[in-house]
Amino acid sequence: MRRSRLLHVPFWFTYFFLYAPIVVLVMMSFNSGKSAYTYEGFSLKWYGVLAQDKKVMEGLVNTLVVAVGSTVIATVLGTLLAVGLARYTRSKTLDAFALMPAVLPDLVLAIGLLVFYGLVQFTLGLYSVILAHGVFAMAFVAAVVRTRLAGADTSLEEASRDLGAGPVTTFVKVTLPQLAPGIVAGALLAFTLSLDEFVIAFFTIGNLEQTLPIVIYSMIRFGVTPEINALGTILLLVSFTAVIVGQRLTKIGESRAQD
Amino acid sequence: MLKIDGITRRFGDVTALDDVSLEIGQGEFFALLGPSGCGKTTLLRIIAGFETPDGGTVTLDGEDLLGRQPNRRPISLMFQSYALFPHMTVAKNVAYGLERERLPRQEIRKRVGEVLETVGLSAHGDRKPAQLSGGQRQRVALARSIVKRPRLLLLDEPLSALDKKVRADMQLELKRLQHEVGITFVVVTHDQEEAMSLADRIAVFEHGRVRQVDEPVALYERPRTPFVADFVGANNLFEGTAGPETLLTEDFGPLSGTPLDGLEEGAKALLGVRPEKIRLREAETPDGLGGTVLDVSFYGGVSHISVDVPGHVRPVLVAVQGASGVQPGAEVKLHWEAPDAVIIPGAR
Repeated sequence: MRRSRLLHVPFWFTYFFLYAPIVVLVMMSFNSGKSAYTYEGFSLKWYGVLAQDKKVMEGLVNTLVVAVGSTVIATVLGTLLAVGLARYTRSKTLDAFALMPAVLPDLVLAIGLLVFYGLVQFTLGLYSVILAHGVFAMAFVAAVVRTRLAGADTSLEEASRDLGAGPVTTFVKVTLPQLAPGIVAGALLAFTLSLDEFVIAFFTIGNLEQTLPIVIYSMIRFGVTPEINALGTILLLVSFTAVIVGQRLTKIGESRAQD
Repeated sequence: MLKIDGITRRFGDVTALDDVSLEIGQGEFFALLGPSGCGKTTLLRIIAGFETPDGGTVTLDGEDLLGRQPNRRPISLMFQSYALFPHMTVAKNVAYGLERERLPRQEIRKRVGEVLETVGLSAHGDRKPAQLSGGQRQRVALARSIVKRPRLLLLDEPLSALDKKVRADMQLELKRLQHEVGITFVVVTHDQEEAMSLADRIAVFEHGRVRQVDEPVALYERPRTPFVADFVGANNLFEGTAGPETLLTEDFGPLSGTPLDGLEEGAKALLGVRPEKIRLREAETPDGLGGTVLDVSFYGGVSHISVDVPGHVRPVLVAVQGASGVQPGAEVKLHWEAPDAVIIPGAR
């Protein structure tokens, strides 16, 4: 059966539109010239410039601190939230509330947090961003873990209780290993969400510090340089690695759970 | 030993258990038998501690059970799905309950080894549950339950997940184990053959109530309610009113049978006669129930003959040893002795 060739056109057009900029970005990061738009020859000099750039390096460290901190908060709270929702309540309202931050517009969340921090007179800085990203990503972790929990067999937990384990031992020895792949996937999601989050971070970080997306934003206001392309390429590499590692871990976890 | 008194459990409008009282003795192999949705699994979960009844008490050797958490009851439950921990090896699964008791490692290893030996899985201690067959998984579940030496072992449909051949082996195995370890077993099943072959005594459930508690033979030969007569084993039931040593029917006249004690004459009653108690005779025989042979099925050891009796809704089932000479379409007379048929109160 032959399908119309015509349908290939929007397909390739869409993919070209999606990936061509990325290819260009990577290519131009190796540009030896000063312009981000005309290629003049291969060079790694912009990576060198990047490594020397104090602002970028500071932003990178800040971003990593925020991402790691908020991932820890989001993973722990999100997992507990998912277990609590699935096992200890039948309230649909509570369910909807818990997943709300995931669908709420970032801008609303950001303004709300800014006002709230002001109200309780919390000093803005990296900590306020960590908390903000933590609650924001918690909803995503909870959603991912819940999916995993829905497929888990409750009789395993009952069997553990029956064999003499208390609720805490049961959670640590039986529930958590069942959920591990979901938790890892949720944590990676939280990490990547925080890594390039701009709006919430911009509103809640105050004047003293900057995360990487904010640094890039302020650099771009003076025009795109190949230095930013180099930075983009590195970010691309980091998130690719994270996704691949995440998939690997999830797969190992799953095959282990099935064994 | 285990005393269940007036247990009631409702789920919304549905009454899963209605004033259930049972007493189970030390070392007994007891079966809870009934169709699905009759409340037998709910009762098992109440004993294990995963459900709370709305009323009634459960005591084990005089101690109240209902106030205790599941992990504080000297009872093990073997789940229908086996509920083996997929991320642990067989040995780890079996050791799980002992580790919770904080026994010395030496003793745990010794007891795990012994129990795996008992169920014939010594060589499989390092495997994961997913690498085992259905029958092997069941043995692991059993080993995990008995290694703690519970006073009472509850088994939820223990054989339903196995295929027919393995099931027969496991039935024998269960009986042997129960004998060997001397633990009281309570098994839930919807399979009446399984209940009869395994249990010392059987409680038959219907709509959350216990209809009859008896030994298998008594249950089969002397059912006390129409439900039990119909549910336990194949049976032929006739409706009518009770007479002396007979059931008076409108369509077939008096049928001979033995009334249960206390059955008053003139009361509505059912006569039940088992397929293997019915004899086929020539159509010319003066007494007996006349009919036409509908179908003959040969099963090897026995043959089942269904006979259409005019006025009776279901065909009458007759079982004979070995192959049968009758052909479909043949006119026959059905005959049975009065002691072989039972007359019970009630109507269908």
